[in-house]
Amino acid sequence: MRARTWEPVVGPRATGPWARRASIALLVAGAVAVLVPFAWMVSTSLKPEAEVFRQPIQWVPRTTRPENYAEATTLIPFWRYFLNSLIVAIPVVIGTVMSAAAAAYAFARMRARGLRVLFALVLATLLLPGEVTLLPSFLLFRELGWVGSYLPLIVPSLLGGGAFNIFLLRQFFRTIPLAHDEAARLEGHGFASIILRVVVPQAWPAIALVATFTFVETWNDFLGPLLYISDQDRYTLPLGLNFFKDIYNTQWAHLMAASLLALLPCLLVFFAAQRAFTEGVVLTGRKG
Amino acid sequence: MSRRQLTATTGEAVAAYGLVSPWVIGFVGLTVGPMIASLVLSLTDYGLVNPEDASWVGLGNYAEALTDDPLVWQSLKVTAYYVVLSVVFELVVGLALAVLLNVGVRGVGVLRTIYYLPAVVSGVAVSLLWLLIFQPSSGLANAVLGLLGFDGVGWVYSTTWVVPAFVLMSVWGVGRAAFIYLAILQRIPTNLYEVASVDGVGSFGRFLRITLPLATPAIFLNLVLAVIGKFQIFTEAFVISEGGPGTSSLFFVLYLYRVAFRYFEVGYASALAWLLFAVLLALTAVAFRTSRHWVYYEADRQ
Repeated sequence: MRARTWEPVVGPRATGPWARRASIALLVAGAVAVLVPFAWMVSTSLKPEAEVFRQPIQWVPRTTRPENYAEATTLIPFWRYFLNSLIVAIPVVIGTVMSAAAAAYAFARMRARGLRVLFALVLATLLLPGEVTLLPSFLLFRELGWVGSYLPLIVPSLLGGGAFNIFLLRQFFRTIPLAHDEAARLEGHGFASIILRVVVPQAWPAIALVATFTFVETWNDFLGPLLYISDQDRYTLPLGLNFFKDIYNTQWAHLMAASLLALLPCLLVFFAAQRAFTEGVVLTGRKG
Repeated sequence: MSRRQLTATTGEAVAAYGLVSPWVIGFVGLTVGPMIASLVLSLTDYGLVNPEDASWVGLGNYAEALTDDPLVWQSLKVTAYYVVLSVVFELVVGLALAVLLNVGVRGVGVLRTIYYLPAVVSGVAVSLLWLLIFQPSSGLANAVLGLLGFDGVGWVYSTTWVVPAFVLMSVWGVGRAAFIYLAILQRIPTNLYEVASVDGVGSFGRFLRITLPLATPAIFLNLVLAVIGKFQIFTEAFVISEGGPGTSSLFFVLYLYRVAFRYFEVGYASALAWLLFAVLLALTAVAFRTSRHWVYYEADRQ
């Protein structure tokens, strides 16, 4: 696989300069439309509450209130929730990457009786809506005494890391020449060592991609914490924001400030992993 | 086969089983087991409160859901309305966006990043942002409508507009679908276009005769995944409209959640989950069944 960089693709598809200009105009207009809600969020988060619904709408606040941010983080225990979200997301990302990579390596590069059947089962679970297993899983975790803790949110990620991630990593691992494994094996490396020394370094874009998606999904997950976490001190950010909305539902400026702060880690992770990200998406596509 | 090779292969098999074992444990314990349990539960009136009183009801839950519960049909109707609109928009806008992104202009990388941003920030924070945008009095959505010369609407506070409001939110995140299409477009050999140009085919003709047919595998994949994904809309509806006004945005999974965790009727909710699964399987089967008529695979021609 040739690495595709974050460069503009020089397309031969665009015909005349007119079509090219029209395309650019449409693309830029669309991008502006995508950014407008974000801009509104930033703008609102800096307004005094009384100015939020002023008509006609104000893009630039008459008085800027950066204090909204500090106040928003004390109206609800924001940083407590932030920490809780991290406490869930970090083990989930690590567990997902490790267990999905392990399974993907076996499916991509090893031969053993029954592996093909197992891989077909992995693919079959892609079509299974989570709701089917949701209630018995809840009962199972309740039986185990895990309800109220983060275990139901974390432990499943250690067990396979999700069908799509296995599939994505397997596709990527298959593009690495098998000769590299053979060479490492002749040098006396075992499978674990081959995965770490040969596969991981070459597959880092795919691994970064899985890690990014997993972080974003876990960070934004609402249903999981909603089912399992009821103690307010243990709320993750999505639960905390929803709680904020329920109790201070008129304080839009503060709510937007808190929401924006809650989004930042996802944006940071996205920008950090961006190069790997586009490479991987272009290779495989992904529906989350 | 020599003894040495034999042990090497056995070693490989043992290692392979070791590597897939976490997934197998998860598959048995968190997929197959719960599926069986869910099927069994769906045949009972098991409740979260007093589970020891549960008794068999046979297919009673399914019969009730299909014949005696107007909310099931209401939620299916609302969900189908949302799925059809959002999937069609995703298909059309996503494909158009991919074609434009594929044109190749300087700085397209920045544009791609922007288009992908909404996919990175789903969930409660973004739902709250859209709730603000959809405020009927002096919200941004109505301000934009006013700018275009239209009267404002009630958005998520209106039975007519609540589902279109959710569709609008989903169109905002269309960049994700565009990337899947882009992946396929970039594999189309450029000489096809050159030949067509020489033959005097215009750019729209080239789109219809080359791009569109060759993009059908991606369209198909995306269609199936999009229907499954959109059918499970939950968080946005929970945060923004809570199913309302009335039941006009009571999406299926939201209803299922309420049955299980507000009315504590786990047996009945399990039956609803299996109905959802049946609907999605049926839709997927239809997609696969019809795919041979409209999906173009390179390998078929060889």
